[in-house]
Amino acid sequence: MHREKIDRIITEHRQFLDQFNHHVFVCSGLGCPRNDEIRRALERAVQTQHLQDAVLIRKVGCMGLCSAGPLVLIQPQELMYQGVQPEDAEEIIASLGKSPIQRLLLPADLAFFTRQHKNVLRLSGRIDPESLPDYLVAGGYQALLKTLATLQPPDILRSIQDSGLRGRGGAGYPTGLKWATVAKAQGSPKYLICNADEGDPGAFMDRSLLESTPHAILEGMIMAAYAVGASQGFIYIRAEYPLAVQRLKRVIRDAEQNNLLGHSICGSNLNFHIQIRLGAGAFVCGEETALIRSIEGKRGLPRPRPPYPAEKGLWGCPTLINNVETYANIPPLITHGPEWCANLGTDKSRGTKVFALTGRVRHTGLIEVPMGMRLREIVDDIGGGLTEGHTLKAVQTGGPSGGCIPAALLDTPVSYESLNELGSIMGSGGMIVIDETSSMVDIVTYFMAFCRDESCGKCTPCRVGTAQIHNLLIKFQNHRATMADLEMLEWLCDLLKNTSLCGLGQSAPNPVLSALRFFRREFLDCIATEQAHEEVKP
Amino acid sequence: MTTPILTLTIDGKEVSGLATETILQVARENGFSIPTLCWLEGLTSVGSCRLCMVELRGSTALHPACITLIQEGMTVTTSSERLLRYRRAIIELLFSERNHACAVCVVNGHCELQSLAQQLGLDHISFPGLYPALPVDASHSRFVMDHNRCILCTRCVRVCSEIEGAHTWDVKDRGIRSRIVADLDTPWGDSTTCTGCGKCVHVCPTGALFEKGKSVAEMFKKPPALPYLKATRAQEV
Ligand SMILES: Cc1cc2nc3c(=O)[nH]c(=O)nc-3n(C[C@H](O)[C@H](O)[C@H](O)COP(=O)(O)O)c2cc1C
Ligand code: SF4
Ligand code: SF4
Ligand code: SF4
Ligand code: FES
Ligand code: FES
Repeated sequence: MHREKIDRIITEHRQFLDQFNHHVFVCSGLGCPRNDEIRRALERAVQTQHLQDAVLIRKVGCMGLCSAGPLVLIQPQELMYQGVQPEDAEEIIASLGKSPIQRLLLPADLAFFTRQHKNVLRLSGRIDPESLPDYLVAGGYQALLKTLATLQPPDILRSIQDSGLRGRGGAGYPTGLKWATVAKAQGSPKYLICNADEGDPGAFMDRSLLESTPHAILEGMIMAAYAVGASQGFIYIRAEYPLAVQRLKRVIRDAEQNNLLGHSICGSNLNFHIQIRLGAGAFVCGEETALIRSIEGKRGLPRPRPPYPAEKGLWGCPTLINNVETYANIPPLITHGPEWCANLGTDKSRGTKVFALTGRVRHTGLIEVPMGMRLREIVDDIGGGLTEGHTLKAVQTGGPSGGCIPAALLDTPVSYESLNELGSIMGSGGMIVIDETSSMVDIVTYFMAFCRDESCGKCTPCRVGTAQIHNLLIKFQNHRATMADLEMLEWLCDLLKNTSLCGLGQSAPNPVLSALRFFRREFLDCIATEQAHEEVKP
Repeated sequence: MTTPILTLTIDGKEVSGLATETILQVARENGFSIPTLCWLEGLTSVGSCRLCMVELRGSTALHPACITLIQEGMTVTTSSERLLRYRRAIIELLFSERNHACAVCVVNGHCELQSLAQQLGLDHISFPGLYPALPVDASHSRFVMDHNRCILCTRCVRVCSEIEGAHTWDVKDRGIRSRIVADLDTPWGDSTTCTGCGKCVHVCPTGALFEKGKSVAEMFKKPPALPYLKATRAQEV
């Protein structure tokens, strides 16, 4: 019964789309400037050239190469125009079906696009984020329908476990194991949370996913709810993401109206509701126990674990909490089967990972690559190498909890293990390319200032330690440090790592330790006394 | 249902405890001392000062004894060179955070922070003092709040909320800017919720909260019998 309704929507929408000879996709992400104006200009051009029956202008999610934005994609020719301005609209519409506008054209074989492997981003930039029919025509919700019709919760749990999927929110905890724990946990009701807090500076993976394919996140959450037995879900998202919030509200309503969410979903016995909770933008509220307190309406302070949220989470009930990208991985994983994900990536780091590639590379934006790809390929091929006249110094991964990989180690494959070995982390996916003009001391001082300001202040080592470390780093910046300061810096880093209550304090020293490991020279050069130069001599 | 009794080893000695007990409880019952600051019997544990950290066999991480439940077969070390070094550094950080000039403090000689420092053999602070400019709130008719001595253990917050039921105190801001506030950051004397019971003053481990008009010799803390209060109230309900 329900299937028929979905199939009817798909057929009708496909017929509608097929009427047009040309589809013009305009990025509607927050990352591209003036894209609303461009869309309106294109719509006007279609009217003035009387092409309403032949050309469809459509707003879509991020196409990835934000540094060349605003981007416009012409289908079916698959032409990508970069740096489009509203003034280009008439010309673009007039050129449809004729030869492309060379001045705006991005080369079709740009490594930025060809070297990626899109999985969770596969529909990003290809569908209207807010359109349920668009998502359905693209194959959306088929995984959910398949799940409800043919799979039992243990089947899904097994698939997720077999796939080897690990959490994309930072720590890389095995997703299947977490789901199985929540499924087994005693207590009801069970809750489900989507962690969309994304506080790492420079990171916009989750925001972009929510802005580009919000239905896919819902679909992943609904399947998770079915697998673990949750009846109520929350999306915890920061209020600084207004476009993502607006789109989420819209798709939740549409999903409810089409019985994809709510009571007896698609005629099954699954009841699942989703509510949005706005976060005020504190980095620590991304930490799961702080996030849970925040949803409960309290001050967002972390608490020691165990008990883990899987056992005692929201209001003391078993709670599944996963990252946005983790949920986004679920529908393709169920559609293609666990082997498909397991065959991508490395032995212990399976599947693909989305990164926000920024810094001194030619092409910056949102990318998705199979795990295990070497950093060099990401920087040189996908990123197009460094900007003119500059040389690579390091790649910073994992944001304020991560570290830097020096240029000499650029052949490191991107996996949880290999990055950990180098004292960095995959983290949520921030990747900053650093060139010779930047000082590592400045970079780590920036990250430590961030951690000092974002520390919740609950535990002593993090609250006072981050302030002390930051003051020491300022001394280095001002070339007033001594060898004793360097010793104290290392001792404080060790203290924070080992005695802080939550991940914020435990990982805050990582950028400093990693810089000290690979760029110690720069710190020694900041030491004012003669003594330093003596001690360095072999 | 009866609570299972578990056996474990603390500093080489075999001991037993209820499955609902923490390492700290069992250790103290058996005569081992573990330093604590944020923990106070009768209040919920928050595990925030990080002084009570202990080592567990099979785990490289340290665990706060005040909040970690015992487990069958657990092997706990409550004092080692490593633990002592960390504990001393944590105390040093607390001393460096605000102004702790003990010689001129109202609770000199009756201060938990001071005695812990003495116990751990601290005679100087290696971290530079941060010396923030903080006010003293003397607006209450009987008590004073001196932010310069506060170590943010939140015992006052918890006792007022959990035992007195007034919830006058809370924490504002975050990180190094965190500050204890009365009501919505009003002077204590203007507080409409404070009942003047004085519990917060007497659970405060330092000279941050004290009674007016008492000399240093008189100003020692008399923590109320919180577990007793809690138990009798539970019966009343
Ligand atoms: C300080 C701190 C901030 C965090 N911020 C986020 C965040 O913004 N988004 C996120 O998904 N996870 C964040 N995490 C990780 C979460 O605590 C949690 O591990 C994650 O949401 C679990 O989902 P996953 O298993 O799908 O990765 C943060 C952790 C810490 C310690
Ligand atoms: S480590 Fe920092 S953020 Fe985490 S609980 Fe302690 S003070 Fe708060
Ligand atoms: S005197 Fe009593 S009521 Fe007033 S703040 Fe202290 S504990 Fe709360
Ligand atoms: S005022 Fe006293 S009891 Fe309250 S947080 Fe500060 S030190 Fe702790
Ligand atoms: S936001 Fe427009 S291409 Fe990324
Ligand atoms: S007493 Fe355990 S952390 Fe403070």
